[in-house]
Amino acid sequence: MRETRPAAYDSKIEGNVIFTRLDAAMNWMRKNSLWPMPMGLACCAIELMATAASRFDIARFGAEVMRFSPRQCDVMIVAGTVTYKMALAVKRIYEQMPEPKWVIAMGACASTGGMYRSYAVLQGIDQLLPVDVYISGCPPRPEALLEGLMKLQEKISAEPSFREQKRKLMEQLDEVMA
Amino acid sequence: MTGPELLASLGKLLGPKIQEKTEFRGETTFTILPGDLHEVAQFCKDELSFDYLLDITSVDNFGDEPRFAIVYELYSMTLAIHLRLKLRVSEDEGAVATVSDIWPTANWHEREIYDMMGIKFTGHPDLRRILMWDGYPYFPLRKEFPLEGLPSEMPDVAFTSAAPLEGGPFVTSPSTATAKDREPRARRPAL
Repeated sequence: MRETRPAAYDSKIEGNVIFTRLDAAMNWMRKNSLWPMPMGLACCAIELMATAASRFDIARFGAEVMRFSPRQCDVMIVAGTVTYKMALAVKRIYEQMPEPKWVIAMGACASTGGMYRSYAVLQGIDQLLPVDVYISGCPPRPEALLEGLMKLQEKISAEPSFREQKRKLMEQLDEVMA
Repeated sequence: MTGPELLASLGKLLGPKIQEKTEFRGETTFTILPGDLHEVAQFCKDELSFDYLLDITSVDNFGDEPRFAIVYELYSMTLAIHLRLKLRVSEDEGAVATVSDIWPTANWHEREIYDMMGIKFTGHPDLRRILMWDGYPYFPLRKEFPLEGLPSEMPDVAFTSAAPLEGGPFVTSPSTATAKDREPRARRPAL
């Protein structure tokens, strides 16, 4: 009878090692430490602030570190009415965020223009940015934003982040070599 | 001198400058000629103690001539009375004298009127757009400007496109029907 033995057993690290896929581990780290870019443009920003405050406590989901520098952010929460005057500034801030990055369109205005069928309002931020999660409401309650954040976490945990990254890297290398 | 007395005597003092005087629910409105504006405004500020300019608004009476009306809401802190000055500007003329040298607050009000209606103010120290961006080609509160807007493009500054209105302007129908029928929504015009 063959004897099965662990490949490299070390009693010092017993119980401290888990085996997982690299993607799963990276996504787990990413989704539980989403640093939001609070793009507060109108009244939705008040609900965004309420979500960050103690009663609703977005820190329970690891997203409490509101950064006002786009270079330190993972997820942009577009909270409010995006006017045409502000639209390209929002896009610029999004482009300054490092990859990987996600966008939450919070509320009716950011999703579709909301009640502003107007000459001055962009009819949804998805005309400029790739939106991952839309949240309905005018404004959405903090619970809705938390639900949207959890939906985004689910989405992130299903992403083939590392595999895709490697495949893209190989393609880029092939292009450079060719 | 009380408020009503002063306003009654105002007509005499301003005299021939006043084209028309209207009283409505205790509100006095003087209609003047655009050319007299600066002189009348200076007089109101210096001699009649109207030290506070509440607001300047503009009206587009599209189809009428003269087309635009500009309304100045004056208030006297000392006497606690209101006075409304009104003047009419034709589209061809398209400019009136600024009062920002008399009431500094007029600076931004006049910029807003220029931005939204396209009426110019001669002598204004800084007549730029205030809400829309420099280079936006339209005056959006004019009656001929569509509610949904018009497409425009300023590279690296801003762009606009027409908003979808689903076949008709958002209108309300006054009736005793339920809120579902009364609330503003896209309705096709009756043929």
